[in-house]
Amino acid sequence: MTTRLTEPPARSDSGSAPKGGEQRRKRGTAAAQENRAGLAFVSPTLIVVLVVVVLPIAWTVLLAFQRARLVDIQTQGLLGNWTLRNFEQVFASPGFWSSLWTTLLYTAGSTFGSIALGLVAALALRRPFRGRAALRGSMLLPYVAPVVAVTFVWEVMLSPQYGIVNEWGTGVLGWDGPVAFLSQRNTDVTVLGVELPVPVALLTVIAFEIWRYFPFAFLFLLARLQAVPSGLEEAARIDGASPLQNFRHILLPQLMPVISLLAVLRLIMTFNKFDDVYLLTGGGAGTDVVAVRVYEFLTARFDVGAAAAQALVLAAVLAVLLGVYFTFFARKTQEEAQ
Amino acid sequence: MTRAQFEIRLFAVLRWVVIAFLAVITLFPFYYMLVLSVKPIDDLLLDPGRIWVSASEFTLGTYRAVLTPTEEGGQGFLRLLGNSALVSLGTVALTLLASVPGAYAISRLRFFGGRQVGALFLAVYLFPATLLAVPLFVMFAKIGLQGSLVGLAIVYIAQTVPVSIYMLRNYFATIPRSVEEAAALDGCSRLSIMRRIVLPLAAPSLMATGLYVFMIAWNEFLFALLFLAADPSLWTVSLGLQQLANGIEVPKTVLMAGSVVLTVPVVALFYAAERMLTDGLTSGADKS
Repeated sequence: MTTRLTEPPARSDSGSAPKGGEQRRKRGTAAAQENRAGLAFVSPTLIVVLVVVVLPIAWTVLLAFQRARLVDIQTQGLLGNWTLRNFEQVFASPGFWSSLWTTLLYTAGSTFGSIALGLVAALALRRPFRGRAALRGSMLLPYVAPVVAVTFVWEVMLSPQYGIVNEWGTGVLGWDGPVAFLSQRNTDVTVLGVELPVPVALLTVIAFEIWRYFPFAFLFLLARLQAVPSGLEEAARIDGASPLQNFRHILLPQLMPVISLLAVLRLIMTFNKFDDVYLLTGGGAGTDVVAVRVYEFLTARFDVGAAAAQALVLAAVLAVLLGVYFTFFARKTQEEAQ
Repeated sequence: MTRAQFEIRLFAVLRWVVIAFLAVITLFPFYYMLVLSVKPIDDLLLDPGRIWVSASEFTLGTYRAVLTPTEEGGQGFLRLLGNSALVSLGTVALTLLASVPGAYAISRLRFFGGRQVGALFLAVYLFPATLLAVPLFVMFAKIGLQGSLVGLAIVYIAQTVPVSIYMLRNYFATIPRSVEEAAALDGCSRLSIMRRIVLPLAAPSLMATGLYVFMIAWNEFLFALLFLAADPSLWTVSLGLQQLANGIEVPKTVLMAGSVVLTVPVVALFYAAERMLTDGLTSGADKS
């Protein structure tokens, strides 16, 4: 605060003496006023964020180190019985590591897939054509529609008994039999004489996530594409660049900051995704991501401590992932975020 | 034919293939939802591959089943719609109240710690709903707000404040400072500048942000499940639909009607304000 107050006079030294002095005082009070106004304006928001976000998170940290069941919480204070048992329990429980691995696969596949499909869509819809506006609008439908409704439609479409996908798959595409997309853990597929287990349900929930979130990437990439200066590409075309070369050397570098920002956002959101997986498979058939486990600890066993510990481990893994990510892509992402 | 010519022709064709593919994958599920919702369940089971509905089988009985009150044997979705609307509108009001002053301060005023506060508001993004769910669940159980629509709207602020600060901040930054300076010279105080100049100028952005927040709240599922599952009279549509699917055997076509009822309001809102919403979300994304 004090540095701001003394800054302006140093600059206005060249002005005539009496006028400069007047300015000095005015600028000083203006800066102080702005400072006060800024603090006054920001404090309600800050308080709300502290109460609904920061405080609960601090409490999760506390709860993770306590032996806390829902019934105990009603009676015991903030500082109950300190223990590391929750973490021991989390790390020792058989399902945890496989569920973490599932979460990683799910996140990587969905993030990459949704950005890739969004990029393809943005490139295809880049130049105007009749009906582009309408198509652009309807392409955002998966993103804006309620998750419960769209998971139901997928469930019905993929149903082995009356689902349209299996009906057409067996009828038109000649599948051997209906595929239980949402309840089958693995199926063996022979590729070049090698039997490979394919995780059916996991791939289905990844496909769903790609479908639901590619519009988000599409929206941002299209906006950025339309701001690429046309001169660049014209010059490249005159020099005989093919569309692929044009994409590789002109468009991609321009899109990179948005792509890396999208990657961070999608990574964060998918890593913690609960509702999509829970609604599609209930976490069964090899799709038990950690977020669903947290929910189960909380509601089925009322084990608040263990749920908090798992949520905390999840957040820690995410922090590590983001740390790795930012060491490699920091500059570009930051440029975009500003 | 040179490589460039070959690629130009190839991509001219591929482009239309991609466009057709995208149109099918995004529109078909919604069309399918609509078609199934006006069919009797028997017709679906007889011929699952048919994707249209004939005049003889067309029925609105599914919608009647979903919308009639529970006392009359239906699923009472009208009340659930009311609950959802209440929670969503409440969330919009609370979120805007909470985020407008902060977004304005960050984008406009230089103050001590401003950068750090700005960073904090973005960092809120990093904390997952599941992480918040545990303490909020406990907190609300403790103060007895669990199982109330007001409580749910308060919880939703945690989900919506970061987005709305981001959207509003980008917009406030585009309002020319000179307008505010002129008002200040005419003797306006900060608050009245805000009320008379900034807010009217930012009305489109406030609308866009409000709509987006409404959608988030309308579509939300996890917190509704955690906080309201015990009391059916307070269920939101999302929760009601999910519980309906889990509970006693209800025909899939009725569930599809429920899905349509859940989806229509939000999609209608989206189409009414599509341009505004997408611009509000992506503003700032297109700078080099």
